[in-house]
Amino acid sequence: MARLEKSLTGIAGFDEVTNGGLPKGRPTIVCGGPGCGKSMFALEFLVRGATEFGEPGVLLTFEETGEEMTKNVASLGFDLKGLASRGKLAVDYVRIEPSEIEETGEYDLEGLFIRLQHAVESVGAKRVVLDTIEAIFSGFSNTGMLRGEIRRLFRWLKDRGLTTVVTAEKGEGSLTRYGLEEYVSDCVIFLDHRVTDQISTRRLRVVKYRGSSHNADEIPFLIDDRGFSVLPSSAMKLDHIVSSERVSTGVADLDVMLEGKGFFRGSSILVSGTAGSGKSTLAALFAEQTCRRGQRCLYVAFEESASQAMRNMRSVGIDLERHAKRGLLRFEAWRPTQSGLEMHLLRIHKMVLEHKPQAVVLDPITNLLMGSQQELHSMLMRLIDFLKREKITAFFTSLTNGRNKEFEQTDAGISSLIDTWIFLRDVELNGERNRCVYVLKSRGMAHSNQVREFVMSKAGVRLLPVYVGSGTVLTGAARLAQEASEKAENRIRQQTTEEQRRLLEGKRKALDAQIEALRSEFAQEEARVTLVSRHEEDRERELERDTLKMGNFRKGARQAKISSRNGKVGLENEG
Amino acid sequence: MRANSGTKSKKSARNGHARYVELRLYVAGQSPKSLAALANLKKFCAEHLDGQYKLQVIDLVKTPQLAQNDQILAIPTLVRKLPVPIRKIIGDLSDSARVLVGLDLRDKEGAQ
Repeated sequence: MARLEKSLTGIAGFDEVTNGGLPKGRPTIVCGGPGCGKSMFALEFLVRGATEFGEPGVLLTFEETGEEMTKNVASLGFDLKGLASRGKLAVDYVRIEPSEIEETGEYDLEGLFIRLQHAVESVGAKRVVLDTIEAIFSGFSNTGMLRGEIRRLFRWLKDRGLTTVVTAEKGEGSLTRYGLEEYVSDCVIFLDHRVTDQISTRRLRVVKYRGSSHNADEIPFLIDDRGFSVLPSSAMKLDHIVSSERVSTGVADLDVMLEGKGFFRGSSILVSGTAGSGKSTLAALFAEQTCRRGQRCLYVAFEESASQAMRNMRSVGIDLERHAKRGLLRFEAWRPTQSGLEMHLLRIHKMVLEHKPQAVVLDPITNLLMGSQQELHSMLMRLIDFLKREKITAFFTSLTNGRNKEFEQTDAGISSLIDTWIFLRDVELNGERNRCVYVLKSRGMAHSNQVREFVMSKAGVRLLPVYVGSGTVLTGAARLAQEASEKAENRIRQQTTEEQRRLLEGKRKALDAQIEALRSEFAQEEARVTLVSRHEEDRERELERDTLKMGNFRKGARQAKISSRNGKVGLENEG
Repeated sequence: MRANSGTKSKKSARNGHARYVELRLYVAGQSPKSLAALANLKKFCAEHLDGQYKLQVIDLVKTPQLAQNDQILAIPTLVRKLPVPIRKIIGDLSDSARVLVGLDLRDKEGAQ
């Protein structure tokens, strides 16, 4: 089967939602309550067709005169008169005045067909808008005939291959008041305009799209000074290609905690913390770092005006103004209560498309939490999906109330969307509040598990190791005191060691002395022993001599014999 | 292109306050409803208007651009251009009593 041909509407986001626009050459019903924007949708479809896709169009309006219509859309920059004079658009205002009309006998709406055909032929139209065809029900009483004619009209449009948008009023318990959806089986789009807590939100839903898969979700849209824009739906598949490129956090010490390299490019980062814990400072540092690399950054602040934020950031040595002037930083600030969640999302979306940043900062997202947590979750999911596809690093801050342990739970809802979650918390101790920072999680990297103290000064931001011991984490003055006392202890320990060394030295000296003494004693002994033994020898020799002398006296005859054997003795005898 | 069925202008002899009526009948080609309407209208004019009228028949198949001016949607449509205000009667004009009401000429009839 041939693929269903589609016709691009040119309406921002809508063509993405429907994978290519409206069914080509077929009628589509756009329905909704009063003021839902259905006429605007239809008109933009026509104008974009004429200006962007070279498809001339016909506008058959039943409710507003051509004049009124021209004025209404001039504010959106649509020049209906100009288009009409260039032959790209034919406008026919169909006025039905029931009070003027009397019915007698049979009739049909051939006049409408003739007018439509005339208009289509006059510009060679490819697109047609009927706004709002239901008006004919108020002008004529023969509804049976009207229904037949409407059926014929849709057939007629289809036969001529005219891509048509038919607007219709919402009915009670049905999509359209007169059940037009019964005749148009190809595509039905429902627009909704809701006001919750004084904040309006517009939503669009593709109720039916024959022959095409479509997202049946309610999708937010907005109408602003540039027309209609539909927020592209969140990606159904998680198939964005990730980057392994790293970007610095803007704080060297924090980079160290993230493998020394920082965040992944295109990842989503959440910094949560209690009031005044330094979330905005971290955000500003990140923004500044991005701009320093020559990359663009979009900073959306919901709490402070641009000038206030820039002044405040100067106090910690962050100069955002410089980057704003260079055009790298786009700083936007608005009140979150200014519009509904979807509007915020769309505004951010549009700004991203305009500014083309590499990083987006939202400070803080918790201020957007006006409706339910679920809504915020779905908004962030859409935003993150979008930013990830564009490889834009998303940096969010989130305010936690920090009363108890549960404060980490408040963000748990969005945790799954976040790649790197940094936690800032106050530590109150000894009459001081100090800031601590730790990395709660960081997908795809071996991040530090340490708690560091977050110290801000004019010179910037430093993360210092905290003192951890005896079940407490010491920061600030307490840490300093602890460090001082440690130093003192060290000194004492050092002194003790030295003392001992000295003692030992003394002992060794004593030992040496002892050894020396023993040695000398031994030497004396040795000397004495040697002396004694020599004396002994002498005495023996003397004894021998004496014996000899005595022998000589007794045996004089053998004297000569002994003398010839021992000359010495002989000499001694002579002496 | 206009198909004028001609003007039958005859001075009313009976009373001086007879009103002059200008009518325009919009048809689409030779469709049965269009033909029926034209025949019924001619009959009606002869019976009730006493020659004090002008009738113009416009075929929108031939001149579609003329449909816009009189805001024609239904075919056939009879438009009373004069006397003002404009009145419209749609349908094949088979019920002459209703045509009379639609053209708002009964006062005149009643006066006669």
